[in-house]
Amino acid sequence: MKKLVPFLAACLLLVLSSYIRPMAGYQVGDKAADFKLKNVDGKMVSLSDNKTAKGYIVVFTCNTCPYAKAYESRIIDLHRKYASQGYPVVAINPNDPAIAPGDSFAAMQTQAKTKSYPFPYLFDETQQTAQTYGATRTPHLYVLTRQGSTNDFKVSYIGAIDDNSEDAKLVKTKYVENAMTEILAGKPATTNSTKAIGCSIKWRKA
Amino acid sequence: MNFLKLTALAAALFMAGPCPTQAQQVALIKLPELQKRLSRNTDTTYVINFWATWCAPCVKELPYFEQVNTTYAKQKVKVLLVSMDYASQLDKKVKPFVLKRGLKSEVVLLNETDPNSWMDKVDGKWSGALPFTLIINNRKQKRMAYEQEFTQPELTAALQQFLK
Repeated sequence: MKKLVPFLAACLLLVLSSYIRPMAGYQVGDKAADFKLKNVDGKMVSLSDNKTAKGYIVVFTCNTCPYAKAYESRIIDLHRKYASQGYPVVAINPNDPAIAPGDSFAAMQTQAKTKSYPFPYLFDETQQTAQTYGATRTPHLYVLTRQGSTNDFKVSYIGAIDDNSEDAKLVKTKYVENAMTEILAGKPATTNSTKAIGCSIKWRKA
Repeated sequence: MNFLKLTALAAALFMAGPCPTQAQQVALIKLPELQKRLSRNTDTTYVINFWATWCAPCVKELPYFEQVNTTYAKQKVKVLLVSMDYASQLDKKVKPFVLKRGLKSEVVLLNETDPNSWMDKVDGKWSGALPFTLIINNRKQKRMAYEQEFTQPELTAALQQFLK
């Protein structure tokens, strides 16, 4: 019995740790919570700040993950293509710098400057936004659509950017762009939820 | 005498020779091959770990999976390490890594590009983050999915569930 208790405790912990995060988080159609996170320029950014945005392309990403790096220029391209159509990119780094030192706020500032990010790059220091949204990896993308003229946003798309992380030239299906075409036409995205490989978010150790 | 020495030397070389190159092959596999592996109807418990050479938490937990081979050597347990590195990195990164770490578990590389087209066929609970681990015993109809990094006690506890 004495041996069994720590074993059962370990099992319980395992079950909890494997279920809590993936279970929580958004599905397409859910209302997306606003946030107030620090941008690389030191200013706080919220979804409600930009009154003219019809929505946002929110990407949980980071400096260090090879997949995030592979998609970095494609994320910049998404902003260049859709910001003018009312859907700017907002990038959020959810990683704990204690685990991934390359994802510190200072490192984010350097990265944003070096690559001249045309969008805000926010630090989710408490990791609350990533948890609320249900992000599990970098990159992990959410398209949010404003509801009428309110400050309420609904999730219209969750998932992958396209179908080939290694080589942008070999991409056959541009998942986000396909979804955006429909969303911009006021229609729900036919493929509104896709999966991609990515780096696990580096959650703060309890 | 010389001949004996020479023979001994030759024998020694022969024995030692293969060692440095003894590292296992890393096969490129497609999804149907992986699915076949996941659905084998045997009483063997398969521990299938999806990892990549670039994934720090994956690399950190690899020794725990390697340890399973030794700890459960006398039981029907098999570890399969499925590399999610790009196929283009097989010779450049994956094989040297496997060699350097002296990995004893079987290593394969899943040669598929569009994860959205195949991930649910591996496991619906996988959102795409690495590392990801499946423990499967089809004869016992038991299957668990873990989208998390393991500590050694956690992995032991998870595996014990299948060996009761």
